[in-house]
Amino acid sequence: MAEMATRIEMIEARRPPDLRRGVLGWLRANLFDGPLNSVITLCVLAVLGWGLWPLVQWALIDADWLGSTREACSGEGACWVFISARFETIVYGFYPEAARWRVDAVFMMLGLLIAWLAIPRLPAKRWVGLFALVGFPAVAYVLLLGGHFGLMAVPTREWGGLMLTLTVAVVGIVGSLPLGVVLALGRRSQMPLVRGVCVVFIEFWRGVPLITVLFMASVMLPLFVPAEVEFDKLLRALIGIMFFWSAYMAEVVRGGLQAIPKGQEEAAKALGLGYWRRMGLVVLPQALKLVIPGIVNTFISLFKDTSLVLIIGLFDLLAIIRSGLTDSNWLGFATEGYVFAALMFWIFCFSMSRYSQHIERRLHTGHRN
Amino acid sequence: MASTNPAAALADDPMIEVEGLNKWYGDFHVLRDIDLTVAKGERIVICGPSGSGKSTLIRCLNHLEEHQQGRIVVDGVTMTQDVKRIEQIRRNVGMVFQHFNLFPHLSVLDNCCISQTWVQKKPRAEAEKTAMEFLERVRIADQARKYPGQLSGGQQQRVAIARALCMRPEVMLFDEPTSALDPEMIKEVLDVMVELARDGMTMLCVTHEMGFAKTVADRVIFMDQGQIIEQAPPETFFNHPESDRTKLFLSQILGH
Repeated sequence: MAEMATRIEMIEARRPPDLRRGVLGWLRANLFDGPLNSVITLCVLAVLGWGLWPLVQWALIDADWLGSTREACSGEGACWVFISARFETIVYGFYPEAARWRVDAVFMMLGLLIAWLAIPRLPAKRWVGLFALVGFPAVAYVLLLGGHFGLMAVPTREWGGLMLTLTVAVVGIVGSLPLGVVLALGRRSQMPLVRGVCVVFIEFWRGVPLITVLFMASVMLPLFVPAEVEFDKLLRALIGIMFFWSAYMAEVVRGGLQAIPKGQEEAAKALGLGYWRRMGLVVLPQALKLVIPGIVNTFISLFKDTSLVLIIGLFDLLAIIRSGLTDSNWLGFATEGYVFAALMFWIFCFSMSRYSQHIERRLHTGHRN
Repeated sequence: MASTNPAAALADDPMIEVEGLNKWYGDFHVLRDIDLTVAKGERIVICGPSGSGKSTLIRCLNHLEEHQQGRIVVDGVTMTQDVKRIEQIRRNVGMVFQHFNLFPHLSVLDNCCISQTWVQKKPRAEAEKTAMEFLERVRIADQARKYPGQLSGGQQQRVAIARALCMRPEVMLFDEPTSALDPEMIKEVLDVMVELARDGMTMLCVTHEMGFAKTVADRVIFMDQGQIIEQAPPETFFNHPESDRTKLFLSQILGH
């Protein structure tokens, strides 16, 4: 005969068991869980060590760090003197030395603004954001280009190196996202004209290689506009890059828009919200959150492809390092140059990637959607 | 087929007037010659088999669906294609959906404040006060800081009702508000709706909850194939239905 199975007292909610057991616990659970796994772990470690050790030896242990000429290089490991001797050029390009503080100032401001916007605890996000979008570009423009307020004019052909890379990347990123959002909304518009224009724009820019865009911007455009009208070459490249990437961005954002259930917009409609409020307050915040991985993916591609401006004669980070390789005093340090360039690009791209993951976690609301 | 118009609809203060409403999806004729007058404070339950056009009808009343023929007047405002006009009507008409459609990226409180802040331009403090008032009324004020994803279906639907009420609408439309709920949560939502009905809100409710219809409805409307087949006060409707179609439907939903 079955016993009575009535529960009189409810079970209280308890904390989950603590499965974190420190580094040793983790090691045991994941790497040395039984003899077979221990052997596999040791084998993998051995292979990794055998494969990576020469790299570590070359890049760190046998490397030469100090000095200012190639005599400082022993030739056994990497010669980072090549980088440190040219560091200023790598960062500022041909920017006149007397005015380099202006680049520093803009870099510092950019860093401060990004940090301010990225750290959740800091107040007045709205005003700082507004300044970052409106005030900062104006200040950066005046400082970098000069020619006003008694600042020496520095034409863009003297720009180069990391500052040029960052200028192109930041303008590209800040410009392509809003333009992409507008294009994505336009492509879903009920109005045939708006939709048509957006579709043609997106399909045109997505259909041509970036190199072609840059060539057209630098070579073909001057053929079509009168000779007196002189567009700056960097400006033309910037606009080309912005349009090109905004087309990609538009399709990423459109993917997000399509994933939002129709009921969301209907609920917003039923509450009396107009089109822009429905989009800005209800649909876009959810859609953009969904496609953060895609957006950052596009940002990273954009950042790396800035090095293509080299083909229209602008000297970005990579091009400056390459030009250093042909310096007769420093022949034969190509490996160091390329490794350094790769490391710089990687640092920026990896930071963007990490930050986007952090944002995704922070914007996650609730267990379900 | 006599569409009997009870006395309530003849009141001289109509909240909603629908005349000769026709709607097509492509070639499919979803709504056929709908005439409907709803008096201020009247509570109407619309029922019918699926695909009968009942949801489409109430979605036309706040222009979530566009109709091709006929006239809709809500609280004295005639529906046109004009966006301003449509938004004016929507401010007066609250709607509750089958799938709640709360905004998942906003807290419960922000869900209730969004239209007050951006449509009615109320200051934040005032909007929050109104929101809390209505959240209190649907008995969910203690969850105001949570996100919709952290609530049960019944709780979400009550928040959705509060959100619609925050605009202080003249009319409330309910589009199958309990169809997506687990059985144990249906009652908590119906209770809120019954209270709302007792407070004199004009309500149009598409639902299969016949108990709710019997308790609060002034008039039950039966639709089939895009037409109003029969409308009558609940006692007459349930006890002495006129058309065979209605009898069949009632036997199917009340038969078990």
